[in-house]
Amino acid sequence: MDRIMLSFARRKVLCGKFSASVLGKAFERIPRATYPSTRNYSSSLKEMTVRDALNTALDEEMSADPKVFLMGEEVGEYQGAYKISKGLLDKYGPERVIDTPITEAGFTGIGVGAAYYGLRPIVEFMTFNFSMQAIDHIINSAAKSNYMSAGQISVPIVFRGPNGAAAGVGAQHSQCYAAWYASCPGLKVLSPYSSEDARGLLKAAIRDPDPVVFLENEILYGESFAVSPEVLDSSFSIPIGKAKIERGGKDVTITAFSKMVGYSLQAAEILAKDGISAEVINLRSIRPLDRATINASVRKTNRLVTVEEGFPQHGVGAEICASVVEESFEYLDAPVERIAGADVPMPYAPNLERLAVPQVEDIVRAAKRACYRLVPKSAAA
Amino acid sequence: MAALRRLSLSSIPPLRRIVSRSFSSASNDDQTLLTIETSVPFTGHNIDPPSRSVETTPKELLTFFHDMSLMRRMEIAADSLYKAKLIRGFCHLYDGQEAVSIGMEAAITKRDAIITAYRDHCIFLGRGGTLLEAFAELMGRRAGCSKGKGGSMHFYRKETNFYGGHGIVGAQVPLGCGIAFGQKYCKDETVTFTMYGDGAANQGQLFEALNMSALWDLPVILVCENNHYGMGTAEWRAAKSPAYYKRGDYVPGLKVDGMDVLAVKQACKFAKEHVLKNGPMILEMDTYRYHGHSMSDPGSTYRTRDEISGVRQERDPIERVRKLILSHELSTASELKDIEKEVRKEVDDAIAQAKETPMPDPSELFTNVYVKGLGVEAFGADRKELKSVLP
Repeated sequence: MDRIMLSFARRKVLCGKFSASVLGKAFERIPRATYPSTRNYSSSLKEMTVRDALNTALDEEMSADPKVFLMGEEVGEYQGAYKISKGLLDKYGPERVIDTPITEAGFTGIGVGAAYYGLRPIVEFMTFNFSMQAIDHIINSAAKSNYMSAGQISVPIVFRGPNGAAAGVGAQHSQCYAAWYASCPGLKVLSPYSSEDARGLLKAAIRDPDPVVFLENEILYGESFAVSPEVLDSSFSIPIGKAKIERGGKDVTITAFSKMVGYSLQAAEILAKDGISAEVINLRSIRPLDRATINASVRKTNRLVTVEEGFPQHGVGAEICASVVEESFEYLDAPVERIAGADVPMPYAPNLERLAVPQVEDIVRAAKRACYRLVPKSAAA
Repeated sequence: MAALRRLSLSSIPPLRRIVSRSFSSASNDDQTLLTIETSVPFTGHNIDPPSRSVETTPKELLTFFHDMSLMRRMEIAADSLYKAKLIRGFCHLYDGQEAVSIGMEAAITKRDAIITAYRDHCIFLGRGGTLLEAFAELMGRRAGCSKGKGGSMHFYRKETNFYGGHGIVGAQVPLGCGIAFGQKYCKDETVTFTMYGDGAANQGQLFEALNMSALWDLPVILVCENNHYGMGTAEWRAAKSPAYYKRGDYVPGLKVDGMDVLAVKQACKFAKEHVLKNGPMILEMDTYRYHGHSMSDPGSTYRTRDEISGVRQERDPIERVRKLILSHELSTASELKDIEKEVRKEVDDAIAQAKETPMPDPSELFTNVYVKGLGVEAFGADRKELKSVLP
């Protein structure tokens, strides 16, 4: 098990120019909101990587319900393309951990059909880029069936896998699908950040009777987070549709999900040194979107920066902005700021790639603009 | 013993019969076992085909006649309702293909599963659905089988393992293989018939699903209802090889006269036994639809009226059974006419009843989006005007 060996007496905080972010160097991020006020790590808090969090969640849910099974490319004998399903084949056998051929449309359809019959499939996409080959089954066969059949055909399925940019994998392997799936009624779309999120949300997804799209992040798999005994309990789960305030603040609200939560927390540290208290919201659930928590936060801070890794047009931030304008317009003291991936297919060269995804300094800058502490650059022609 | 009678039908071989009796009572006793030969022998691909001698009973044949007539009448009535604008959107009619549904049902149980595409009204009826549920659904009423929220292409009946009702050509094939996966996983000893047309037979996902089904020995039967036209495209224009029963390559296949209900029954019975032990199989049903692809297609721009009337005259599934019944003296012409009148009345009554049922309540707009809505808000077109909490 990969572990980041850091002294328990100190937390390493990375700030300032953080150019290695795209390569996802492992760093430790302890969410302040859930952490006891003392800086010393209590011995009751264990460290767990996101990978292990997902693995143990899969293991426990498969153990609890014999109808749960996993299918996808390399999930069995290879132990998982990213080792998320390590050990599961040995434990549960080839009838419940199924290696599929490279035929997403076919095996996703088979998974949905098995869900129609009453099983609880977990379909893994090696990355969500390949889910486009199967998107008809996710949308038309899974999401809409309960409605079209007026409740006769329910689809208790989970589609999971890494989403968004990795490092240097190029245009066809780097897209974020959060906005695409979250626009579709009938789907639930979740995106964890920490190990606690990964465990709790995956368990909730597997137990949920509706189709859930579970967007993981390859860079986060290797990251370690502290987890309490409650999180480690096999009955642990996190409610779907509720965002988490990772860091309380009063001057500006920053919304983010997945890897961008980590970046936003780093940005918040930097902003704090400049006297700006940022509230960081970890969305956890893209659909349903926790509009109540977001709006309550904006009504408190009066300023909003939305952060996402995916394409900006018609994205998650656009929906959040619309929601805030609709429900909390009078509370806004500044226009909503949007930080997102660049409007280009992902380039390969590392300097271009760096420009194509949000960096911590982008979030800091946007927050300062929202606080009128920075004059916006006039738009380039 | 009734005299052997030769029926002169110009293009198909004469029906012959061999009668064996279990009791020495009247020739149309319900318990009499009849053995009838199918119109043409089966053609096998990588498999020895079953015998063309099919066992049946007078009761079964009369049931076939009644049930197929009911389906026929329902579809013709739907045509009129569509033209009267009581049915909207798409309406794909099955008249001509009734033998496939009826023959299949005769060979299987309601614990076996069926999934099909959008030409699903008669399959629904075959699985135990009622005329009222069908007509109400077509007219978008709350008494419909999908409470008016599905429409013509989305009929379902989970309790008798009918999984719909799918609008995306070919999508139902992997879904059906998935249902069979479930049956095998649960060790239910049941099978799934996943139905598709000659148009869908070229879909890539079909071959993906077939490969996995063969790899994992899933108890699935792929039934190609080859009515020779994928919408307006004849099979020879869409498929390099229109021998759909051979397309499975290593997967065995059978070509069946889909207008002969007994042949369909025999093939389905054979297929069920085979796949429970050996993994998937393909059945190609050579059938025909009298209507166009849907109600917006006259069906005569890409085929001649002579072809259509020719099939109706020579191969109509209901007429075939009528002739069988009459030639074996299991009933009289006027009794059969009475059945048809009864069926017509049943259909008319169901339509009248369906017309009286109300549309769904506006609150139904927001129901069944999820099984567990988590108390989340959902919005109408004007979100400040119309919104709801999902239970």
